[in-house]
Amino acid sequence: MSSISTPRPQDNFYHDEKYGFRPWLKSWLLTTDHKRIGILYMFAINFFFAIGGLLATGIRAELVTPAADMVNSEVYNRIFTSHGIIMIFFFLIPSIPATLGNFLIPLMIGAKDLAFPKLNLLSWYIFMLAGFFALYTLFTGGIDTGWTFYTPYSTTYANTGVIPMGIAIFIAGFSSILTGLNFIVTIHKMRAPGMTWFRMPLFVWSHYATSLIQVLGTPVLAMTVILLALERIFRIGIFDPQLGGDPVLFQHLFWFYSHPAVYIMLLPGMAIISELITCFSRKRIFGYKFVAFSSLAIAIFGFLVWGHHMFTSSQSVFAGMVFSLISFVVAVPSAIKVFNWTATMYKGRIYYEAPMLYALGFLGLFIIGGLTGLFLAATAMDVHLHDTYFVVAHFHYIMVGGTLMAYIGGLHFWWPKITGRMYSEIWGRISALVVFAGFNLAFFPQFILGQLGMPRRYSSYPEEFQIYHVLSSAGSSILAIGYALPVVYLLLSLKFGPKAPSNPWGATGLEWTTTSPPPTHNFDKTPVVTEEAYSYNPQDPGIFRAQGKW
Amino acid sequence: MGEFQFYPEQASTIAGPIDALYWTLTGLTLLFSIPIPFVILYFMVKYHHSRTVDRGNPSHTSMKLELGWTFGLLGIALGIFFWSSYLYFDIYRPAPANTLDIYVTGRQWMWHTQHPQGKRENNELHVPVNTRVRLIMTSQDVIHSFFIPAFRVKRDVLPGRYTTMWFEATKTGEYRIFCTEYCGTEHAAMGGRVVVMELADYQRWLREDLGVIPESAAPDTSGRPSQPPSAGGESSGQLSTMAAAGQQIFIAQGCIGCHGQQGRGRAPSLAGLYGAQVQLENGQTLTADENYIRESILNPRAQIVAGYPPIMPPYDGILNDQQINELIEYIRSLTSEEGTTR
Ligand code: HEC
Ligand SMILES: [Cu+2]
Ligand SMILES: [Cu+2]
Repeated sequence: MSSISTPRPQDNFYHDEKYGFRPWLKSWLLTTDHKRIGILYMFAINFFFAIGGLLATGIRAELVTPAADMVNSEVYNRIFTSHGIIMIFFFLIPSIPATLGNFLIPLMIGAKDLAFPKLNLLSWYIFMLAGFFALYTLFTGGIDTGWTFYTPYSTTYANTGVIPMGIAIFIAGFSSILTGLNFIVTIHKMRAPGMTWFRMPLFVWSHYATSLIQVLGTPVLAMTVILLALERIFRIGIFDPQLGGDPVLFQHLFWFYSHPAVYIMLLPGMAIISELITCFSRKRIFGYKFVAFSSLAIAIFGFLVWGHHMFTSSQSVFAGMVFSLISFVVAVPSAIKVFNWTATMYKGRIYYEAPMLYALGFLGLFIIGGLTGLFLAATAMDVHLHDTYFVVAHFHYIMVGGTLMAYIGGLHFWWPKITGRMYSEIWGRISALVVFAGFNLAFFPQFILGQLGMPRRYSSYPEEFQIYHVLSSAGSSILAIGYALPVVYLLLSLKFGPKAPSNPWGATGLEWTTTSPPPTHNFDKTPVVTEEAYSYNPQDPGIFRAQGKW
Repeated sequence: MGEFQFYPEQASTIAGPIDALYWTLTGLTLLFSIPIPFVILYFMVKYHHSRTVDRGNPSHTSMKLELGWTFGLLGIALGIFFWSSYLYFDIYRPAPANTLDIYVTGRQWMWHTQHPQGKRENNELHVPVNTRVRLIMTSQDVIHSFFIPAFRVKRDVLPGRYTTMWFEATKTGEYRIFCTEYCGTEHAAMGGRVVVMELADYQRWLREDLGVIPESAAPDTSGRPSQPPSAGGESSGQLSTMAAAGQQIFIAQGCIGCHGQQGRGRAPSLAGLYGAQVQLENGQTLTADENYIRESILNPRAQIVAGYPPIMPPYDGILNDQQINELIEYIRSLTSEEGTTR
């Protein structure tokens, strides 16, 4: 499968200078090419990540001292709320599927495009509209309900922009549904000849599972937002007991979507890791079917554990125990993946390229994130740890240590394919190490803080907690540098990077059989698949030649 | 800045068992998070592309291994599950016998507590050591959560309903209270302290009337005069108890007209009600706990007792949270006085 087609002499895929600016702009804004839409998404999403990151900086700066002295609590509450909402709904949820997923899924299964190219473009516009409402909210007073919007605070007491932000989230949900729908149909219907289900790269499997959750879960979020708006605007009693409602009902509805949403964020990260580990170990994945089916298991069981966010909420003790049990069960498929990735390296031929370092960083952080999840799944332990910094640390290990590491790793891996340029390998490795170190310093102390009893969402705190907050803030500054580095050298690579060959990593997978970047129709000839995925041979020393280091 | 501290003080009977679970989980975490990265590092070095080592016949799948780790993990997970469920049940179990019951009311952004003897406090909770204390909690506005790290207990405090939790303090001293459910602007300031005292000191403290003069726990929108417990009518200057205050309300609000001797037959007697099984008109059977009694008073039509006409007027908007707490305390005292069960 490593037949390398020669790059075309003159590839004008991204900028056709001879036609001028307006046609160029049109060629982007009206494109139905999944690759261009993936890139459009990438701009939007990285922009929101930057905003979310700035807000995070505000949080960590404020928490260096015990008193709320840099900003007052009113401002602080807006900052952490906006940080959560932007990062979750406008970065993490769309991050990998809408960018790399969009770009790669048709390529990986040998299709010319997604099943519904126009719907794909529509989903980007919907996302941008949602983003507009989100930014509008931020600039017109913000919102201070926490990203969880708990009632009756959000419906009766908050006097900030709950409605515009609700609209933003409602709209963003549709872009997510459309992307998911598009992937499902594409994966079912558009696979190249010979691309059977069990020859698909695990990237595709994982995205398939993700799409199922997006399509099945997101409508519940939309309904929840509508109910919230009905109560807030028309005072129809649904959640507020003063109006005859039930405040805990909101939590059930909210987490029914928002727990599976954790897997919308995580599964695509796992998708990338399977590709990176195999490529840089030069080995077939260990336990292909177990890795594939564990994604589906996560998607299914993920719908049955929402109550583990409510162990202290007055939910019955027995319900708590059932949710706890299923939460322990859902931890198993994630662990299976970790074991299989590790086993893949056995007898491999291992390269420390930047994407691999990111993948290994993912493993280290995800192991800790996953295991600390067991503390929170254990009901009695959760009673103590719920809504403390332990929870904050746990989900940052999963979302940032997991998903974000994978996203950046994947961005490096496919950067040559997407842009046609090689980035600086040495800086790539440095940034992976800086991110890993900074991340641990930023978030590990928060586990201890949580166990000591430091509640989350506090603008001020007792002095005995300060030492850990200072460590955490110091770590965040290092982390910020780690994230700034790739922005610099990746952008520089566009101008100064050597041209990328079709297959710089000697990787398997159909996306590497076409040019970098691929032509609009992806493949000159419809590929025919005759092999399993990941037909690497660790014995063969010659295949891998990372070219164009600078 | 203070020095490094790794776990909070243990000051309740449940703290020890919870910490045992905590350290076991920590041990498990180390058990996995050290060896796996170690193996990964080992592979990274051993199978580095520059080295010539045996890379022959690697296997790509092994049912034995897969099932081995799947069921191994499942086993460990189940062990932790049973252990933690056992403790969970203990912390939140409905009503351990012989508790000292204290009412807690949360509101933006303070905690208000009331002892059965009538004494009230703001952002403080005095309790006797080595005594089981049960908190009967409700909120006047949004959701709060009552958290005492040193006791390892926490529970959400909801508007419109009661939640309870209990603890038994094992050491005298002062411990922090935090609100752990985000509740608005001053959420971070919604804290206080628990003061654990010797039983004798606690009893002395209860009698001292330097009391925090309570801000009225809720704006009384009803316009009807409420019965502040310190004006319970006793001429001895002694504080009236919550139950006595409840009795005053029971008379003043006319409950007695239907539920008392004069009303025989029109309404069920409330003696022995608390904790008993109630047969409802719709066939359901319920335990008469705080939530049931509260609901029966505020919104009687939601749960009609079998065999009685639905004539009781709803008191929603007429009685405030504190008055309802006092009524409940009064109805509970009827149980103990007459020693009847239904
Ligand atoms: C007009 C007569 C009337 C008045 C006044 C009245 N009640 Fe009732 N109450 C009833 C009747 C009849 C029932 C049984 C039917 C039902 O459940 O609604 C009842 C039921 C109850 C119950 C449930 C009893 C059970 O056995 O489950 C409680 C508790 C209660 N009332 C408390 C009060 C309190 C406290 C007041 C005063 C604030 C009050 N009631 C005022 C007529 C009255
Ligand atoms: Cu969850
Ligand atoms: Cu609070």
